[in-house]
Formats: sequence, structure tokens, C-alpha cells
Amino acid sequence: MNVEILKLLESDSRLSVKDIAAMTGSTEEAVAADIKAMEDGKVICGYHTMVDWDKVADEKVTALIEVKVTPQRGQGFDKIAERIYNYEEVSSVYLMAGTYDLAVFINGKTLKEVSKFVYDKLATMETVISTQTNFVLRKYKDHGIIFNTEKQDERLAIIP
Amino acid sequence: MRNPLSKTIQEIKPSGIRKFFDIVSEMPHAISLGVGEPDFDTPWHIREEGIYSLEKGKTFYTSNSGLMELREEIQKWYARKYDVHYDAKKEILLTVGGSEGIDVALRAMLDPGDEVIVPQPCYVSYVPCVELAGGVPVTIDLKNENEFRLTLDELKAAITEKTKILVLPYPGNPTGAIMTREDLIPIAEICKERDIYVISDEIYSELTYTDEGHCSIASLPGMKERTIVINGFSKAYAMTGWRLGYAMAPQVIAEQMTKIHQFAIMCAPTTSQYAAIAALREGDKDVERMRESYDQRRHFLLRTFEEMGLPCFEPRGAFYVFPCIKEFGISSDDFATQLLKTKELAVVPGTAFGDCGEGFLRISYAYSIDELREAMERFGEFIRELREKKA
Repeated sequence: MNVEILKLLESDSRLSVKDIAAMTGSTEEAVAADIKAMEDGKVICGYHTMVDWDKVADEKVTALIEVKVTPQRGQGFDKIAERIYNYEEVSSVYLMAGTYDLAVFINGKTLKEVSKFVYDKLATMETVISTQTNFVLRKYKDHGIIFNTEKQDERLAIIP
Repeated sequence: MRNPLSKTIQEIKPSGIRKFFDIVSEMPHAISLGVGEPDFDTPWHIREEGIYSLEKGKTFYTSNSGLMELREEIQKWYARKYDVHYDAKKEILLTVGGSEGIDVALRAMLDPGDEVIVPQPCYVSYVPCVELAGGVPVTIDLKNENEFRLTLDELKAAITEKTKILVLPYPGNPTGAIMTREDLIPIAEICKERDIYVISDEIYSELTYTDEGHCSIASLPGMKERTIVINGFSKAYAMTGWRLGYAMAPQVIAEQMTKIHQFAIMCAPTTSQYAAIAALREGDKDVERMRESYDQRRHFLLRTFEEMGLPCFEPRGAFYVFPCIKEFGISSDDFATQLLKTKELAVVPGTAFGDCGEGFLRISYAYSIDELREAMERFGEFIRELREKKA
């Protein structure tokens, strides 16, 4: 496992093997092998692009559903989590410590679509005790990236 | 009308960087690798502390030496990081950037005719500050083959009866050179033997890319008594605009430095001092993060030069590389001017840091990898064209 490579890729997944090799003082072969091993071992699970969907004309709604469930004997929360995360509209599922058990993030086209998913699919599962739906109004920062900031280099061009 | 200017100031050469700055400022599309300050913003928790101090109305002068709480943090920080022990009450002075510390130290210590040894290429202010303080700068031309370290022989050859101070700027701007403990030991010995004081400018100390890290000459036996350590917050914590540095010196020198500082400046900016407390207490992880990033860019540039076949020693400190361009047979100034005009890429000619910088360029890597990649493409093209022209 190579944490330095992971950190580099996490902040910019488009960095080339050549650049990573140069930046870490390693060879391209070694870096490529490390990345391959981490992909195979599912340490690297995917490569995403950060999109500010607010800037795109398509309407898009994100909701956080706080779900309380009854854990099942022998399977704990895993089974119910699986039944939830397999739905395509679910983007993330986290098991939480606190006032509820599962944090479920859902992407839908409209409020109606999200609501329908909650009362049709989620609320009707027998182990689900309650749901509370929260709609995201605006994303300021996601995965360490601050949206809507255009930063210019304000430093003087030449400084001794 | 009579001449309003002093002879001293008229004899001081203006900074060689000025001319470049003027050309670059008229080229809006030029990429610059000429900046001597971090590209990071000051970490937010440090800015927060500054803002909080303003909200609380902490907008008054501090004592001349600076907030006691901050001086105590500096004492602890230097002891923890570099095993150097100055007394917060009597030997530490907060200054307006490291530059003020250098100026005040020289003014507190020099009589007319006293010689100050300045190894070059180096930061632009040492020589003029020595001259303004009435001293005589004696420069040493550092060598590429020594990786721009100061050697015992070079130092010995420069010492005379009048030598009072050695300026020791490591990690170095513009070369990125460092001095290890082993390198410093003989220098310290000769300073003790010949009774020479050392102004150790350690502003880049935290940006050292070796396992051992930075070594301060003040940590060597018998050296604290004759060393004035200059440091600050600009480079390590990305706080250039806050204008906050500090000097640590034996009490007898620190008292007189404080006197000059009191009359010229009064005290360092109060808001910056409050923010700096947060930097020293909780800033280790920020420094670590930025250092890792600089180190990656440093590797990136060195690899690129290697591919271009451009000789460059491996600098282990600061955020500069100092490649040699002697093969092209043109001056650093011409090289940099042509590069700027034809490829819209600004770098600083080595001669801006002393005549012995001829044949070298200072390239800063306080830029993102994307910017460096683009800049190096232009740089590579330029070099190819020069080589083709020559062949």
C-alpha cells in the first residue's frame, strides 16, 4: 500500500503515472504496479469527477434520509444496509452512531421522485422503524472541494 | 536645490529583480515561476485566530518585544524542533518579517569598517543592509560543485582582522542549499576561534527535505552565545502578508536590537502576533502537509530537468531549484529575458542574487503541479530551440 500515491490520486485522479512517479521520486513501473495492486485489492474503489450540478440546467435533488432500523439477529445492520444501497438512486449509505442508524443519500430528479422513493421503498421495509427526509438546498463544499470559488493568483509575479 | 539624498543610499544598487518585474507586469499571459512566497493560503485556523483577536478588540500596541505568550511559544517551539534554547523574556524579539530582524541585528552590532561575510548567491537584502549599517560586505562565491554549501576553506580565506559577523542563510534562497550538522561543525569551530558572530537566517528551516531536518548552528556547543537566529512565519505557515518574524539573540545584543526596533517600528502587528500563537501551537500538521506538497514538486522539477539533460544539483531546502545554463553560452539575464519574451515564462536570473549567480536561474516551485507542468513544457521548448540554434 502506498499512502502518498493514494493521497495524490484522491486530490486529483487524473494525475498521470508519469507525473506521480516524478513527484514521488519513484519509477513509472513501480507506481503503475502500486496502483494496480491497490485497484485489485479494492483500496482504490473508483475514480470520480466532482461536478457542481447547480451549474447544469438539469434539475437534480439530493436528500439525506435519516433512517432508524431494528438490527437483525446474526446480521446486525449489514443486511438492511444492503437492501437499501442496492437501489440505484441511493448514492451513499453510512452506518451512524447517534440519534439514527443509517444515513442514506439519495439523488433524484425532483422532490416528488425522492419522496416517492422514501415512502414506497424505504419506509415499507419491515426493519425500518422511522425515516426523516432532509433536502439539500445548496452544496458549499464536497470531498474537500469548495464550490463556486474562482481563485486567482494574487501574488506579485516576481518576488526576491 | 541641494541634493536631498545621502551618499550611502545613492551608492546602493537597486535590486536586479526590478527590471524583470517591470517587463512581466506588462505581460498578462505570462506564467511566472519567479515568486518567493508560498502559493498556499494561511491555514484557516490561524486566520480564524487573527479574526477572533480583531473581534475581541485586541487592536492595541503590544510590548516592544512582542506578546509574552507568543515569545514563550517561540522559545518552546525552537527547543522542541531544533534543540535551541533562548530565553523568552530577554532574548526573543518579534519583528516585521525576518527582514527587519536582519536589519536591526546588523545595525545593533556594526561599527564603521566592520566586515560582514556574506556567502552568495543569496537573498537580496543582506549586502545593502550591511552597507546601510556602515559595515563592509565581504562576499564569498559559493560553488555549484559544493552544492552551494559554505566550506571551511572558503570561509577561512574571507576572514580578516576586521571580520565581525558571518551571515549564514540556510536553507538558502535562491539555491535551495542546506547545511547539515556535519557541514556546520567546522564553521562553528572557526567562528569561535576567530571570535566571529553569526546571523543565522533560518526563515526556510521548516522546508527541509531530509530525514534529519534542519540543523541550527545555535544548537552546536558554544554557539548560542554568538548567534543571532532569524526566523518567522512567512514560509513555514504561508503567512507572508502578515509581516511577522522574530530574532533570537544573546541578551546583550537583543536589548540593543529591541531599542532600534522600539524607535523605528514600535511593535510587530498585533493581529499577526495573535494568529502566530495558533500557528506555533497547532500548526505542525499544516507545515507537514505543505512540506510534502513542496517536496513532490521539487521531485517533479528535478525529474523534468533530468529528462531535458539540464544539470541541476539536488536542493534539499526552501522552494527553489537553481539549474545551471552555462552550456547555452548566454548570460542568465539574456536567457531569462528571451524566455520571457518568446515563451512568456518568467524565471529569475541567478545574477539577481549576486554576480556569482551568473550561469544559473532561480526557479520557484511554489506553484501547483498543473502550473509547473505547463511552465516546464514552455521551458523545454525554449531549451530545444536554443540547442538547435547552437548545433
